[in-house]
Amino acid sequence: MELTNGAEATVKLEGGYLTKDRVAKRYRLRELDERIRKERTKAESRLMSEARRLGIPTPIIYDVENSVIRMQYIPGTPLKHVINDELSERLGKLVGLLHTGGIIHGDLTTSNLILYNDRLYMIDFGLSFMNCGVEARGVDVHVLFQTFESTHHDHKSLTEAFCRGYRHVFTGADEVLDRVTEIEKRGRYA
Amino acid sequence: MKGTVLGIEGTAWNLSAAIVNEKDVIAEVTDTYSPATGGIHPREAAQHHARYASTVIRKVLEEAKRKGITPSDIDAIAFSQGPGLGACLRTVATAARMLAIKFNVPLVGVNHCLAHIEIGRWKTPARDPVTLYVSGANSQVLAYRMGRYRVFGETLDIGLGNAFDKFARSAGLSHPGGPKIEQLAKKSTNYIPLPYVVKGMDLSFSGLSTAATEALKRNSLEDVCYSLQETAFSMIVEVTERALAHTGKNEVLLAGGVGANMRLREMLDIMCSDRGVSFHVPEKRYMGDNGAMIAYLGLLMYSSGDVMSIENSHVNPNFRPDDVDVTWLE
Repeated sequence: MELTNGAEATVKLEGGYLTKDRVAKRYRLRELDERIRKERTKAESRLMSEARRLGIPTPIIYDVENSVIRMQYIPGTPLKHVINDELSERLGKLVGLLHTGGIIHGDLTTSNLILYNDRLYMIDFGLSFMNCGVEARGVDVHVLFQTFESTHHDHKSLTEAFCRGYRHVFTGADEVLDRVTEIEKRGRYA
Repeated sequence: MKGTVLGIEGTAWNLSAAIVNEKDVIAEVTDTYSPATGGIHPREAAQHHARYASTVIRKVLEEAKRKGITPSDIDAIAFSQGPGLGACLRTVATAARMLAIKFNVPLVGVNHCLAHIEIGRWKTPARDPVTLYVSGANSQVLAYRMGRYRVFGETLDIGLGNAFDKFARSAGLSHPGGPKIEQLAKKSTNYIPLPYVVKGMDLSFSGLSTAATEALKRNSLEDVCYSLQETAFSMIVEVTERALAHTGKNEVLLAGGVGANMRLREMLDIMCSDRGVSFHVPEKRYMGDNGAMIAYLGLLMYSSGDVMSIENSHVNPNFRPDDVDVTWLE
């Protein structure tokens, strides 16, 4: 069963587990396309396991082959449909843990978190990388705040709730959140 | 919607005035500042606009008159309020205020980025598209949602055209760099790996521009132009596709001067057909900066009563498209 046909990959449910296949993009040069898909598949599986070790719920990985990852299926609700201040604060804590462990998610949107059995699972580590810099962490949070702003009506209180959770678990939070404000101003015509 | 609006564009190097009504563009006159060497010099661009504003406006009024439209038919004056180069914006705003007083009609301050989208919606079949707006200074992916055009992804540093121009200058090519890079790229099929920087929905081009300049030391200009185009365009097409997946919309509209590049169009076309969505490109005169788009969005805003007083007509060099409450759509 095909679950999603996202921008990057087709995600299928087969025999109880989930297959994520990064499909070739015909618009990109083959050489460039293969490089990107391979790099992202490798990084995704590695960093997903690493995030689990930090205490962030992520799907368990069973197998990785070329541009295909087989992993545990999380049958919950995407955060974007259920987000509220309480969940946003919990999300802040998860991102705080992730950043404490030196991981940048790279694509923090409310579609990439799943609420299942009252646990918030972080998925899609396809653009993740290791980095302990304020800048990378700031961009990570900035990308999330942009989804709040572009898709959720009450983005101000969601942002505040996120910051509460983020500050709670991550000692470098204030510096990162200051940088987020700076990044917002820095973008061309921002 | 009904009315006739005179609009003036002058955010950067193009000075352009147009008169439109709800049916079509009645007249348009453009005068472009082109630097003798280097890139756009903000002060010189503004001086150019100051020097030619009266000529351009006089000519557009004459052209309209030949088609039976006189100054007394004009219902409002629109101007590019931002984003753009401050000095250029102020020059054009001054001309617009003067016309509003002279013709005793309301003034409409128009967001330049939104004008690109709206003229695309007017001149192509696109109705509710994801817009990829790529020009010298801007690189944004926008879509309408709940009363505003939201920015789904954008450059974190410089615009794509600007990145091309910077590279072109360092390679000794004259301004604007884009068309020259496109021609040189056609002569190569040898891809040199360059940094591919997509951060979620956002992009970064300044490192890519620097890496391309560095690559010139070891590779031919043609190969670097080819690789630069392939990398940069793949990045923006990827972000456009992500915005489609995120919003569930099924149309893509291309806007901005960089949209003239045929390789970019080809890549977008492939992505759209693989995804089963339609792809729309306005004719070339409406792709780059033009007066018609300012006049047209001015007309939409005027029709919904969205006008301003002279006192409140300050320009805004950092005017964000997602700061505008969209009054003209259902």
